[in-house]
Amino acid sequence: MSTAPLLTVAGISKSFRGLRAVDQASLTVPQGGIVSLIGPNGAGKTTCFNMIAGVFRPDEGSISFAGKNIGGLRPDQICHAGIGRTFQIVKPFKDLTALENVIVGALRTERSTRAAKKKAEGVLDQLGMLDKRDQPAGQLTLPERKRLEVARALATDPKLLLLDEVMAGLRPTETDQMVTVFRELNRKQGLTILLIEHVMRAVMALSQHVVVLHHGQVIADGAPEQVVRDPSVLECYLGEEADI
Amino acid sequence: MIARLIEGVPRRALILLGLLLVALLAAPLLVGDYGLSVLILVLYFAYTGQAWNVMMGFAGQLSLGHSLYVGLAAYTAAALYVHFGIGPWLGVWIAIVISMAAGLVIGFLAFRFGIGGVYFALLTIAFAEFTRVGFDHFTWVNGSGGFFLPVAQYSVNDALNLRGSPTMFYYILLAITALAFVFCRWLLTGRIGYYWLAIREEPEAAQTLGINVFRYKMIAVAISAGMTALSGVFFAFYYNNLFPEQIFSMNRSIELILGPIIGGVGSLFGPILGAFVLTALAEVLNDVMVALGYELPGIKLVFYGLCLLAVVMYLPNGIWPPLRKWLGLGERL
Amino acid sequence: MPADLILTVAVQGILTGLVYGLMALGLSVIFGVVRVVNFAHGEMMTIASYAAIVAFGAWNIDPLVSMIPIAVLLFALGYAMQAVLINPFINRPEHSQFILLAAVAIIMVNGLLMIFGPDARNVLVDYALDSIEVGPLLIDKVRVITAALALVIAALLFAFFKLSRTGKAIRACADNHLGALVVGLNVKRLYALTFGIGSACVGAAGAMMTLLIDTTPNVGPAFTLQAFVIVIIGGLGSMPGALLGGVLIGLTEAMAGLFFAPSAKTMFGVAILILVLLFRPQGLLGRRV
Repeated sequence: MSTAPLLTVAGISKSFRGLRAVDQASLTVPQGGIVSLIGPNGAGKTTCFNMIAGVFRPDEGSISFAGKNIGGLRPDQICHAGIGRTFQIVKPFKDLTALENVIVGALRTERSTRAAKKKAEGVLDQLGMLDKRDQPAGQLTLPERKRLEVARALATDPKLLLLDEVMAGLRPTETDQMVTVFRELNRKQGLTILLIEHVMRAVMALSQHVVVLHHGQVIADGAPEQVVRDPSVLECYLGEEADI
Repeated sequence: MIARLIEGVPRRALILLGLLLVALLAAPLLVGDYGLSVLILVLYFAYTGQAWNVMMGFAGQLSLGHSLYVGLAAYTAAALYVHFGIGPWLGVWIAIVISMAAGLVIGFLAFRFGIGGVYFALLTIAFAEFTRVGFDHFTWVNGSGGFFLPVAQYSVNDALNLRGSPTMFYYILLAITALAFVFCRWLLTGRIGYYWLAIREEPEAAQTLGINVFRYKMIAVAISAGMTALSGVFFAFYYNNLFPEQIFSMNRSIELILGPIIGGVGSLFGPILGAFVLTALAEVLNDVMVALGYELPGIKLVFYGLCLLAVVMYLPNGIWPPLRKWLGLGERL
Repeated sequence: MPADLILTVAVQGILTGLVYGLMALGLSVIFGVVRVVNFAHGEMMTIASYAAIVAFGAWNIDPLVSMIPIAVLLFALGYAMQAVLINPFINRPEHSQFILLAAVAIIMVNGLLMIFGPDARNVLVDYALDSIEVGPLLIDKVRVITAALALVIAALLFAFFKLSRTGKAIRACADNHLGALVVGLNVKRLYALTFGIGSACVGAAGAMMTLLIDTTPNVGPAFTLQAFVIVIIGGLGSMPGALLGGVLIGLTEAMAGLFFAPSAKTMFGVAILILVLLFRPQGLLGRRV
């Protein structure tokens, strides 16, 4: 945990039509770490993600990844820099099979479609989805689509994986399975993970570090046990349904 | 490379394709002059539909102005031949370059400025119309008066200058169509094919996976326009006359895309099947009207419109995909 | 070239442009609410034009009178099209909707061709050649009347959307489809109403157009393109934008006809379209998305 941060977000802001969705947010993700970004609905978590992933250019502040400034790059350039992401509302390539979905991701690093196919099969296997390989993605169940989304991102060989609410809508056992998968990826392959999550069960089980966002501002930042006892965090969740 | 082309294709599909090819090769011996002219029309629409399908079916960019590429290429090759004596086999390359350039300009304007979907389709129509009116006043190719190629004697086949009998045109077109089919299969099974399909399905997700969406859309437009150029050159040398009013018209653009839509957008065999079905229907309709001794302008297109309506309402994916499933043939065909 | 002539042509162009604007207004209203581009727009206008021609030919009814029943007729046509054909396509991909309406357009053009043949037709009212003297300018009377009527109809439409209950409901629907569903608005009916209203605009415009130009079945696609050009220039979904775009195109065409060849006029409209798409893709009065 004492290594240099892989991702450093320093004071980024973003406004939409005068509404300040993210207000000078800062956070760091250490190499090999798992960090959760939590907060009530509308706190600006996804906007934050979208700035890191290159969908929006931050109005101010800087984002650096592996020592390089990545602020303002396009999403495809961000991917090539080594950041993979999933979407909160899953976006599978519906007419393509599960395997083909993952092949698209694998082609980032593989030269031939044959090699990409092999790699994609490996990734699907890792996520326990090999039996679904020939099903069109449009016909998969929601938990399967979420896993497919993760598989597709993993196939691009990211150093950092951004997960946007991949546990939402999953049953507790399914959540635990996903947690196991991410833990293993983290331990065995050294994958660094930054996740947005509402499911506290997953947050507590996975993260070494939690950042709380409220009204676009970071209001708490620390170890999970410490953060959930923070009075300001409890206050901002008051009236919100925290899924504990 | 051949392994990649036939990987995952059931043996039955290959046999059926082989039989179709043999039948088409033998057809000129069996069908007579009129039948041959109909088959040329079928192949022409099959090939052009295939070219359009690269852009819409693979990369998901709806072009309603493909007559632009046909027309530009037809005029380029014809003008080079008539004015400078440059033969079609050389002229076709220049025609391809010009059509591609036109496609790239439209693509650049649209994709750089985030013009997608309906706006893009309208932009393609606008450019075709713009060019049509421009050619109406382009005196070097005789403006709206029409541009004519010297008509050949059918007894001598001069393949080098594309002057000759319908049979020669038929075999050339068959070769082009077959090559285009293989080429599209090759595109679709490669990196570019995966990228296009990803862009068609979910551009945002595609970009997140490292795909330079702008670049791959541009490639799709360039390939589609370049392929379409070839059919323009063929058109010029087969029909020997060009009118801006006809060749650049919006109706022509729609006619070109009916085949793939009815056959199945995004499938490889759909454009070919669609061309067969449409042309056959039109012929039957013609025969029926001749038999009834009854001719009305426009009735053929009303019928086309009704077919299109029926297909888009009841078979949203076209005829081929359900048929493909029923025959138990591979998915990407 | 004398300044009087240029000014006369310019004024005539602006007046004609207002009728174009009314036609495009229909397209803009439909797109703004239903989010479907009516690819058969010009063809529907041609149907209205032929209705006016028939009414004049058979019963000698002035198009300025027959435009009212024709607008009602087109309202019914539009309502039916939306209810029967387009509503099932609301959640289909854009290209499916496009092809659906392209098919309708093909049937309309060629249906008219079958019924009326390819020859140009027009309506010759007894005041067709009258003109009004404004200072040194001589302006066609029909152009002044049709432009004024187009403005009146547009004003009525603005009032309808701003003031009436139904108009407000339609606007709510346009702003937030899901929200409209949640508060219990019958969205499909409102869509059909909107398509009807847009079609009524084009119906009125089509009837008036018979006084200004000759009609053939083939002007349909040309006017569809024209309407697109106008609304994109003005801003898709913006009602004042449609009128402004119409005026701009009317003026451009008139000037192009005067300084270049009349047959080259569409080129200039398309050139403006391309410029707008490049520098202000949301259109002159459109909101940035």
